[in-house]
Amino acid sequence: MKKWLLAGATALLLTAVSGTAYAEYKAEHRGGTIRLLSRSAGGTLDPHVNYTLQYWQLYQSTYDGLLNFKKAAGADGFNVVADIAEEIPKPENGGKTYVFKIRKGIMFSDGRELGVKDVVASFQRIFKVSSPTAGGFYSVIVGADKCLAEPAKCALEGGVVGDEAAGTVTINLTQPDAEFLYKLGLPHAAILPADAPAQDAGSVPIPGTGPYMFASYDPNKALVMERNPHFKVWSEEAQPDGYPDKVQYDFGLSEEAAVTAIQNGEADWTFDEIPADRLGEIGTKYKDQVHVTPLTAWWYLPMNTRLAPFDNEKARQAVSYAIDRNALVKIFGGPVLAQPVCQVLPPGFPGHEAYCPYTKDPGAKWSAPDMEKAKQLVEESGTKGQKVTIIAEDKAISKSVGIYLQSVLTELGYQAEVKPIATNIQFTYIQNTNNKVQMSITQWYQDYPAASDFLYILFGCESFHEGSDSSVNIAGFCDKEINDKMKAALALGVEDQAAADKMWAEIDKAVTDKAPAAALFTPKHLDFVSKRVGNFQFNSQFYWMVTQSWVQ
Amino acid sequence: MADAVASLRTSRGPWATALRKLSRDRAAMACLAVFILIVIICLLAPAYATFANTDPFRSSLDATVDINGQQVPVMEQSTEGLGLGYTPIGPTWEFGSYFLGADTQGRDVMARLLYGGRNSLLIAGASTIITILFATAIGLTAGFFGGVTDTILSRILDILWAFPVYLLAISLSIVLIAHGIDLGIITLEAGSLWLPIFIIGIVYIPYIARPIRGQVLALRQSEFVLAAIGLGVPEHRILVRDILPNVSTTLIVFVPLMLAINMLTESALSFLSIGVQPPDASWGTIIQDGQGLLYTRPWVALAPGIAIALTVLVLNVLGDGLRDALDPRSKIRLGGD
Repeated sequence: MKKWLLAGATALLLTAVSGTAYAEYKAEHRGGTIRLLSRSAGGTLDPHVNYTLQYWQLYQSTYDGLLNFKKAAGADGFNVVADIAEEIPKPENGGKTYVFKIRKGIMFSDGRELGVKDVVASFQRIFKVSSPTAGGFYSVIVGADKCLAEPAKCALEGGVVGDEAAGTVTINLTQPDAEFLYKLGLPHAAILPADAPAQDAGSVPIPGTGPYMFASYDPNKALVMERNPHFKVWSEEAQPDGYPDKVQYDFGLSEEAAVTAIQNGEADWTFDEIPADRLGEIGTKYKDQVHVTPLTAWWYLPMNTRLAPFDNEKARQAVSYAIDRNALVKIFGGPVLAQPVCQVLPPGFPGHEAYCPYTKDPGAKWSAPDMEKAKQLVEESGTKGQKVTIIAEDKAISKSVGIYLQSVLTELGYQAEVKPIATNIQFTYIQNTNNKVQMSITQWYQDYPAASDFLYILFGCESFHEGSDSSVNIAGFCDKEINDKMKAALALGVEDQAAADKMWAEIDKAVTDKAPAAALFTPKHLDFVSKRVGNFQFNSQFYWMVTQSWVQ
Repeated sequence: MADAVASLRTSRGPWATALRKLSRDRAAMACLAVFILIVIICLLAPAYATFANTDPFRSSLDATVDINGQQVPVMEQSTEGLGLGYTPIGPTWEFGSYFLGADTQGRDVMARLLYGGRNSLLIAGASTIITILFATAIGLTAGFFGGVTDTILSRILDILWAFPVYLLAISLSIVLIAHGIDLGIITLEAGSLWLPIFIIGIVYIPYIARPIRGQVLALRQSEFVLAAIGLGVPEHRILVRDILPNVSTTLIVFVPLMLAINMLTESALSFLSIGVQPPDASWGTIIQDGQGLLYTRPWVALAPGIAIALTVLVLNVLGDGLRDALDPRSKIRLGGD
């Protein structure tokens, strides 16, 4: 789900890494300020709206859902555990009803106690603020269709029902959803105070229940997190206490300057990719401070299937044939940090079956670009000579990828230009059809380990919203036959996940053949931390657990 | 007395005198020569690219280069430690063979420097022409006709001047660079080189128009202009034949100075990604390309930086020389020439 989002380790990791017991809290390391850096802010601070890894990572220690992903290193972090709910309920009514018992004594950072009404209001708010995943993740809740049609009046009648006396919240679904518990663990389902604004809160922090709260936020300067004075641990695995007293997240430094700051001990970590010319240095002189982790993610090139020239399938396929993935891997830092791909599902992901039609010798793996075939397809499409604008982020790697792709498109006979725009607006900009984006460079990191999280979210008809900043089906792809298959696979997953994954593998191939996006490569994640950072833990679901590291 | 009369008879006229003075200014002449050399070298960019067998606008991540009989990849992978990253080849100092090294796309920096120089000079030159033409027209009109015309034009200049010039240029660029300009008769597409030319040309108009207006106001009251008006000479003839020649020396002095200023502005805008757009290059965009390589390949940024500094320096010295040659006060200073 999203760009820059969630984490992910591969299925290999899923099986290879054993469950990690929660580490004992070491009080001697408590305190200090951990300083994070990023070239730019991640947009709105509203957990129901924000869809970036940059802030989802922070929400882990500021907000809670009914359920949560386990705060543990490695693939153990993919496991869902009870959080605000006392326990994970057993599904009732044939998988269509869940009854959650709400814990008592959980306090918001403003001192108010969390109650049933907050839970009910939070689910309504997902629709009221038009959360990017309202239609994709939560449309299965009874009453969601009305909420999607008229967000302001959303009541989820019969869908989310609170019982103050019993202290329970009942969620009724229109149909069983095998992934529903995962979705409850995501920040878009965070429980907020019932009186949280019914629109995007922007840069105004909304009180949360985690061990930290957002103390201040200036998107042009810094984001500060401080301890939530009302926090008490209720579940070590869902929401443990953190080590630093303060998290200072500064914006504006270039990637180069950020690396230097970390080397000098002036900062502890940077969110941005490490500049290519610094990789060699940190990989040798500072290798003990480097952590490289495989991700279930992809860099891809959505092509707008509703705008020329990419409303033509052959034009889209031509681009997929023409791209030299090895060149892009070089830009990203080499084979240690990325792997060429040409299908949607990342290697090792549920439903993944190696498939690559867009290569010199089509088969399971990408080997080399087929420029001859690409040029032939462009000729057949009749789109040669048309203008194409590629929208990239203004970060070094994205911009470099854009410049490379411009060369490719020019060679194919298009009049190509690349426009790098500010990273903090690029992802929403490319989603909005009003901007008439033909082609863009973006990334998608899993929300949870399920094939639908890539295929249905990125290419399902329900993920496309005309004129909206929250339309993650950036390509505007909507193939009724494929969409029906996706829904069938989702339904099948409730009873037989293995059979569903088989089906997802077929869907993956079908979507790849239609080429609404060109797959570029699967990245690995590189964290470069300062020497003083201790207890570095990489959670496969939400990446580095910032507040589980100590700085003293 | 006879000698003085003879001297007057053999006077070369103001333009010839100025040219003679300029030619005796060694510093200005040296700078003029250097500037002409820079222009010629930049114009030879296609010849260099052909000689080096390189396309400076295409990614060449898989390219190799022959060094001492060995084929070396342009992008070198790190083999030490964790084996992270690729580094573009550094300067070979071999003409025609990645002389200044490669950038992150594996492109020959020398070839891009020359092509970038062409664009930087073109933008600086064309925007200077726009500035001079508009400023002259506005300055002459406002100063000569006065009254409401002067008030309106002067207030427009005041408004333009009220904005910090870089802020105005950046604002215009951000708005226009994505969508271009469509004024009906004039259409400038997004990504066109004419966009930065237009933007830079416009923002500096007040800097020339105001002093020109001031000069024209003074000239308007001079006896020869009043006499021409009294004799019924049409206003446009007075403007073209009497006023314009008298402000032309000021305009000429402004030319090299504006070239230098416009080149710096173009570099700043391009560095911020709101000037020249990829794959085109200018010295500003190359500095930006080199920003990510400052640590390992500093020449990518240093070379265009030096080129800008040198060009601006010679233009400023040349501008000083022109001022000395054309400014009547300098005649007094030089004495009896």
